[in-house]
Amino acid sequence: MKKIRIGAGQGFYGDSILPAIETAKRGDVQYLCFDSLAELTLAILQKDRQRDRAKGYARDISVTMRELLPFVKEKGIKILTNAGGMNPLGAQQEILRIAGELGIKGLKVAVVTGDDVIDQLQAWEQQGISLAHMEDRREVEAIRSRIVFANAYLGAGPVVEALQQGADVIITGRTTDSALFLAPLIYEFGWGQEDWNRLAQGILMGHLMECSGQATGGNYSGDWQSVEDLDSIGFPVAEIREDGEFFLTKTEGTGGLVSVDTVKEQLLYEIHDPSAYMTPDVVLDLTGVQLQDAGVNRVHVTGARGTKRPDTLKVVMGYSDGWLGQAIWGYSWPDALAKAKAADRIIRNQIQRMNLQYIEVQTDYLGYNSLHGPLAREPAEEPNEVYLRMAVRTGSKEDAAKLGRLVPPLMLSGPPAMGGFLGMMKPRELLGMWSCLVPRAIVESGVQVNVLEV
Amino acid sequence: MALVQLRQVAQARSGDKGNTVNIAVFASDASAYEVLIREVTAERVKAHFDGLVSGEVTRYLVPNLHAMNFVCRGALSGGGSASMRMDNLGKCYAASLMRLEIEAGDSVNLSKS
Repeated sequence: MKKIRIGAGQGFYGDSILPAIETAKRGDVQYLCFDSLAELTLAILQKDRQRDRAKGYARDISVTMRELLPFVKEKGIKILTNAGGMNPLGAQQEILRIAGELGIKGLKVAVVTGDDVIDQLQAWEQQGISLAHMEDRREVEAIRSRIVFANAYLGAGPVVEALQQGADVIITGRTTDSALFLAPLIYEFGWGQEDWNRLAQGILMGHLMECSGQATGGNYSGDWQSVEDLDSIGFPVAEIREDGEFFLTKTEGTGGLVSVDTVKEQLLYEIHDPSAYMTPDVVLDLTGVQLQDAGVNRVHVTGARGTKRPDTLKVVMGYSDGWLGQAIWGYSWPDALAKAKAADRIIRNQIQRMNLQYIEVQTDYLGYNSLHGPLAREPAEEPNEVYLRMAVRTGSKEDAAKLGRLVPPLMLSGPPAMGGFLGMMKPRELLGMWSCLVPRAIVESGVQVNVLEV
Repeated sequence: MALVQLRQVAQARSGDKGNTVNIAVFASDASAYEVLIREVTAERVKAHFDGLVSGEVTRYLVPNLHAMNFVCRGALSGGGSASMRMDNLGKCYAASLMRLEIEAGDSVNLSKS
């Protein structure tokens, strides 16, 4: 039975490139798929594009391509990535430029566009298409004037088309993470559009791979201390057969661990109803999935079931939601927590006295409650040191920046033994996320695949 | 009957989507899973996260993996990029849940402890 091997290249914008290089060199894969886009990544890329129209794609694509294009040429490995972000055409130009620099000829670079739907929202609403929030049905009025990006989650279709056109590298915007991994299977095995169970296995494979190291021993809550060599972690490699059964493994000699226990944590990651995980290509049912140990760093995965794909696609929009200003500094034993709390009171009083317009002020004590919030318990023993982090939410960048300036005077005029002031932190724009469902046909009619060759 | 912390009989991972966090909890074996189904209800999880989760908590069972998936709405004070929280992506919720104390029957294997 025909089978292929696919490697996971990246789990987010900023992930390490080294495991993908190892997989390209020694992983015996025909495809490397990169997921660059978390929900909020498009917001970052949109800001890049506002500053420079040529930008707006994941900038690490330059390094990625410089390292990996030689393998595309030598070994015929195909690279699929949604690193195009808010500007897939710009990313295509960058890849062609790098191919030119490397002296690579005969390379086909495909780009998928049409996921960026911000310019169509108005027309859609005029046609009576609702953009109400998909979870709480809030109407979009509340945020409409503050929308900064709006992108539809596309499925595997356009990526398959690009493969059929002979593309070596495929760059997309907001293509669904797992669909990038499914596309080569549809192309290689000729799976039908309604072959729901096999499509489900393919999406499951993609889902296990799309967060890179999270399936190979990273962020593992079990016996994490027994996982070896995270410094040289291998990213997942799937060996998948025509009938959809697959093994999850990693490149020999790399660090990390592929076991039933590490893989199952990824299986339900960011899943809501395990019997109905909605994707553009199939609705995935995980309740019959079996994971079996199949040797060292090798897990056999079967049993995903699929049902008909939805008639809608998800559109995620980001909208401006104020500014975050923050400051971090610390206090030494003795009475470290009491000193930090005193500093908090001083700053809050000064905020009031200066009449700074903050919508919300929040204080966390690092090492005590910054990650568990109200669930944290007071430390049993007096800690050696306590850091506090104050954060404010406000309407303007300028006001957000004013918080940090209140802190340095505390060194001479506050509680004793202060250290570790991290300096003025740049205010960060807060972005709300808005998800809605729209008929898939109105999105798909605008999707295009273009191939350029150097 | 022994009172044990969830961390002794389960592993877990959490993640975010918008303002929702899901926490997938995996029992160490079939007998621990029975106890978890009985003890770790959606209501208990909602109460445990008082102050962090403002919306409803739904529990889904995935028996083939000895797993339960808790979907917590209104969990991130607006969601990853809008939240002022330090754990703005909800990655520590699984760890927070592992503090939960449950009544374990005598048959439960506490090998993880």
